[in-house]
Amino acid sequence: MTTVLEARDLIKEYPGVTAVDGVSFSVPEGICFGLLGPNGAGKTTTVEIIEGVISATSGEVYYYGEPAGARFRQEAGIQFQNTALQDFLTVRETIEMFRALYNQKADLDELIEQCSLEDLLDRDNRKLSGGQRQRLLLAVALVNRPRLIFLDEPTTGLDPQARRNFWDLVQSIRAQGASIVLTTHYMDEAQVLCDDIAIMDAGKIITQGSPDELLRQRYKGLIIELPISDLTDELRQIEHTLYENLGIVEIVTSDVSSSLQQLSPHVTNLNHIKIRQPNLEDLFLDLTGHTLRT
Amino acid sequence: MLARIFAIFQGRNREFLRDKASFAWNMLLPVVLIFGLSFALGGDRNAYTVGVLQDSDVIVEEQHPFLGTRYIRFVPTSDKDNALRKVSRHQLDLLVEFGDAPRYWVNPDSAKGYFVELALLQSDTTEPAAIDKEQISGEAIRYADWVLPGILGMNMMFSCMFGVGYVVVRYRKNGFLKRLRATPLTAFEFISAQVASRMVLITCITVFVFAATHMILDTRMEGSYFTLFLVAVVGAISMVSLGLIISARVTSEELAGGLLNMVNWPMMLLSGVWFSLEGAGPFVQNLANIFPLTHVLNAARSVMLDGATLGDVAPSLLALTALSAVFIGIGARVFRWGQY
Repeated sequence: MTTVLEARDLIKEYPGVTAVDGVSFSVPEGICFGLLGPNGAGKTTTVEIIEGVISATSGEVYYYGEPAGARFRQEAGIQFQNTALQDFLTVRETIEMFRALYNQKADLDELIEQCSLEDLLDRDNRKLSGGQRQRLLLAVALVNRPRLIFLDEPTTGLDPQARRNFWDLVQSIRAQGASIVLTTHYMDEAQVLCDDIAIMDAGKIITQGSPDELLRQRYKGLIIELPISDLTDELRQIEHTLYENLGIVEIVTSDVSSSLQQLSPHVTNLNHIKIRQPNLEDLFLDLTGHTLRT
Repeated sequence: MLARIFAIFQGRNREFLRDKASFAWNMLLPVVLIFGLSFALGGDRNAYTVGVLQDSDVIVEEQHPFLGTRYIRFVPTSDKDNALRKVSRHQLDLLVEFGDAPRYWVNPDSAKGYFVELALLQSDTTEPAAIDKEQISGEAIRYADWVLPGILGMNMMFSCMFGVGYVVVRYRKNGFLKRLRATPLTAFEFISAQVASRMVLITCITVFVFAATHMILDTRMEGSYFTLFLVAVVGAISMVSLGLIISARVTSEELAGGLLNMVNWPMMLLSGVWFSLEGAGPFVQNLANIFPLTHVLNAARSVMLDGATLGDVAPSLLALTALSAVFIGIGARVFRWGQY
């Protein structure tokens, strides 16, 4: 499969801190690649180096096998985590202004329909809700019919409904053949949208692969959750719990029936027990020892 | 490239024109100042000014008792033609030359000239008076005539400097520049669009304000409108470029405001917006020449008051063009898109 993007040994040092510490990865054509990690992990810095917005201390970025340059700027679409637009412009004028900056232009009507902006075209871009604004910023990222799209924390601050709608939008874009680089600290988002992920922490990639593959490698079964307050003192002293977090004990087991039989004499209230599949959040917790949203 | 410049140019124009408060301020400030000063000062300068024709820049009072008269400002000048023109326009109340054959020139239609002449003759103790008199005729130039280019220039200066300098810093601070950085737009294209946008807008505003005050106050216009328009355009480009240097790297609006004021206030005071720098020391006059506004006002006043032609103001236009080239060159070189 053709490689759209390749980052080689990226390093970004600020006085007293290394924000990105030897990050390398590649993105095959047509996939959604997720760069995950907690706030401050170095995701945004990594992506902004790739986008050419900030310069790396060292390292290289290749786009279709060539150093990222003028062609990359023409063919990439970018949605920043936080960005301002020109004040006093309507939604339509904002899209048209950015569209004029590129040689290749998306069809305006199709773009407006795709991002569901029909009813907002004449509205001042400062008067949009969070979800409407994200749809406009996505439209701005798509004005050049990009072959590669960067979405940096696109659903941060959105309500659950708006997040779901945005996911549908991203999946429709991907279905058209574009490659996507998504940074997020929402694990459910990565699990729904990404084919391949890299988890970052403290400026480094700590693991990389498809979400299913990473979970299969790490976990051979299901997770039993129960409140620590429901356990007897006897079981609390046994060191077979996976994690205790916010008063919840998580136990990984390949045989749920057997585990429940063993647990039942030591649990004071079985009504609070939950059984679920391991997810990326468990994986991150397992790998780094702290939660993703801290 | 032109499509990208035009897109940013158009976006900035819309932003400016739809920001009604800023737009109104840019239009109203010069009108209010011109009308206010015109009425408050009754159309006249409020001091006595006498030109002293001599080669030296220093007035030596011992030459003649008249030079010790209080409440008269004595201005040394070696340019006789220019000084005589000012006497004819009532910009100088009297021109005097001491030496082997002392003489003076006065405009008989000037009331202030009449009183200054009396003071001169009273100070001359020789009998009969050993100083020859020559008369110059011409209409007075009101203070409104003289100050109009100054206020238009000052408005242009503030609008260009703050309108570009402050706005670019705001764009940098709120991340809009960073967003543009991720497009094919180059720094040169962005800067060109900003210069063009502000230049067009401020030129239109200046033309409107000039036309309105010219019609209502019947201000003097001796030269060509085209030449004056050219002075305004070249001057606006120069001042926008100066604003871009200040905003090229700054990330704080407070710092930008301070830096812009640090340039604007000396420029306003030394360029002759409110009063003429004739009589000021050579250091001050040379210092004033580094400011674009000085060249704009010199050229505009020459055109409006003296009927200067394009050829006459060419040195000022060349100076402004050279300053613009230097400012844009430095601005493009040190320009930074992001905050860090």
